[in-house]
Amino acid sequence: MKGILMQKSVNLRSFLTASWLGWQIESNWTDPFLFATYSIIKPVAGAAILVLMYSIVTQGNFESPVFAYLYLGNAFYQYVPAVLTGVSWTIIEDREHYRTLKYIYTAPVNIPFYLFGRAVAKFIVGTFGVVITIAAGVLFLNVPLDWSQVNWPLFLLTLVLGIIMLAVSGLILAGITLKTARHSYYIGDVVAGGLFLFTGAIFPLEVLPVWLRPVGYLLPITYWLELIRRSLVGAVAEAFPTFTTLSNGDLLLILAASSLAFGIASIFIFRSCDHQARERGLIDQTTNY
Amino acid sequence: MSQPLAVKTENLGRIYKIRNNRKEKQRELLALEKVNLEIREGELFGLLGPNGAGKTTLIKILTTLLSPTSGRAWVAGFDVTQQPAEVRKRINMVSGGETSGYGLLTVRENLWMFAQFYGIPSDEANRRIKALAEIVGIADRLNTKSSDLSTGLRQKMNIIRGFLTDPEVLFLDEPTLGLDVGASRDVRSFIRRWMDENPHRTLLLTTHYMVEAEELCDRVAIINQGRVLACDTPSRLKQNLHHEIFFQVWVVAPRLLDEYSFLQINGVKHFHQFPEEDSLRLEITLEEEGALSEVINELTVQSARILRLEKREPTLEDVFVQLVGQRMEEVENVALPAN
Ligand SMILES: Nc1ncnc2c1ncn2[C@@H]1O[C@H](COP(=O)(O)OP(=O)(O)OP(=O)(O)O)[C@@H](O)[C@H]1O
Ligand SMILES: [Mg+2]
Repeated sequence: MKGILMQKSVNLRSFLTASWLGWQIESNWTDPFLFATYSIIKPVAGAAILVLMYSIVTQGNFESPVFAYLYLGNAFYQYVPAVLTGVSWTIIEDREHYRTLKYIYTAPVNIPFYLFGRAVAKFIVGTFGVVITIAAGVLFLNVPLDWSQVNWPLFLLTLVLGIIMLAVSGLILAGITLKTARHSYYIGDVVAGGLFLFTGAIFPLEVLPVWLRPVGYLLPITYWLELIRRSLVGAVAEAFPTFTTLSNGDLLLILAASSLAFGIASIFIFRSCDHQARERGLIDQTTNY
Repeated sequence: MSQPLAVKTENLGRIYKIRNNRKEKQRELLALEKVNLEIREGELFGLLGPNGAGKTTLIKILTTLLSPTSGRAWVAGFDVTQQPAEVRKRINMVSGGETSGYGLLTVRENLWMFAQFYGIPSDEANRRIKALAEIVGIADRLNTKSSDLSTGLRQKMNIIRGFLTDPEVLFLDEPTLGLDVGASRDVRSFIRRWMDENPHRTLLLTTHYMVEAEELCDRVAIINQGRVLACDTPSRLKQNLHHEIFFQVWVVAPRLLDEYSFLQINGVKHFHQFPEEDSLRLEITLEEEGALSEVINELTVQSARILRLEKREPTLEDVFVQLVGQRMEEVENVALPAN
């Protein structure tokens, strides 16, 4: 019992201390104005490009439910690179730049919890981007978001579940980063970019060729985005094609189950990478760019 | 009852697989071979060896950063491969000659943060940080961003980080590397003091400075090419040399001396010459004192004029020479396999 409590406190300490550190690093913009501009302009510009493409393709049909579908999907998808990168980037940063990874490793730190903690700041900045994007959509683009229709419990539950799912998936990338020493600088962004098309973020899976669709059905992100949309614009979302036969409860169950499966796999993969990294002496190996 | 062991290794071995590029075949490099060490609780133990001897490799294995390829090791009673979490609670480690740390945090914040990982309450951590900073001489820089520190000061910050958590076993990998003479002396005297304060503390340090091993360590293991060649107290290591006599001679000579003709003299065991600023320093080991007159004769023959001649006490360097047949500097100068 005492052992379990002590382990708990190690995990919590690792998480909280790392969150503090992550925030110090993330908020260390010498120019807060630059920081604000960057975190507003990047998400808004991304959304603007998408809206522009949409309006050209549909000749300005903003009434269609597809518009809400893609706008919200894109907005919330920002969490994917933010959290995946947040969890995995720390390995590179600590190993190559600060050269502290070996000291973190030799301390009584739970490395996954440490990585989650370091990602918190990126999550907060990501949230800022999501909020800005949604606000811009509602204010200027008539995204049909009716606050009184929002299913808040479902939204919050889905959001929390999704963030945990993304954080744990980030461990897979962290493990790969740990093992490969080189060339994994943008792995979080690359993977997030690659999955963008398979998760129904901006168009339904039906648009994909049949043989590619299973990729989307296997990824928890797909169900997460669908649930987020349903919780926000329930009435409109009923017109979205992919999961018409599934209820919110079904989707939640699938999301939870697939997240669990992913989570278990992530932990095994991370452990195995960690083990191999120690066998090959990669924990403190710098590549000297 | 025997004292508990702080560190124990059993036939510990480490092979690195190296491949310079994709086409080349993988080579194996034997960094450690059958290392058997027992370090008791309370000991200040030194690993002495030239560059590439395997010192850092051994420290990495003991601090759970690297897996051994053969054998086993225990630190504070726990197996480093099977129970790394238990080991990590009880150790700390500092590598010299590097500038690690979160540059955007102040010195105090860097140190405080590491103390947090070990669960040291904030007040206690700040108290220790202040006390250690006074001792090491960076108390006035605690609120400086660590990126603004000189390399030497950053290293001092790192040294504090090691002592801050009051580990059961502390590993210092060349702690004075890159520090100036004064700072090195401070660090050495602090290490000794820290050990004397509490008889349960154990410290393993690596060095390739003879003096460091000699004046600091309770016991020393001499290591070369991955193997431990000898392990004992500095004085007992030197006792094996009691039948040898050491001379240091400074001469002015028109050219480097012909070492071979000195080694031909009966009773001359080792002869090494080192060019210094305006003279040549000779390190001569004799098996009998009587050989000295012939050495002096030979110096005259080779037109070397003696400036100074000293009989000196044996050092660990002499122990190394006895074991390896070369001085440590010479071993280090041998071109390593290209990589
Ligand atoms: N990651 C690695 N991959 C391949 N070879 C390595 C690696 N690390 C060390 N070596 C080799 O293993 C041998 C032992 O190295 P190690 O760093 O342990 O020596 P050392 O005694 O600490 O030397 P130094 O005094 O230079 O620090 C050396 O020949 C070194 O080149
Ligand atoms: Mg070394």
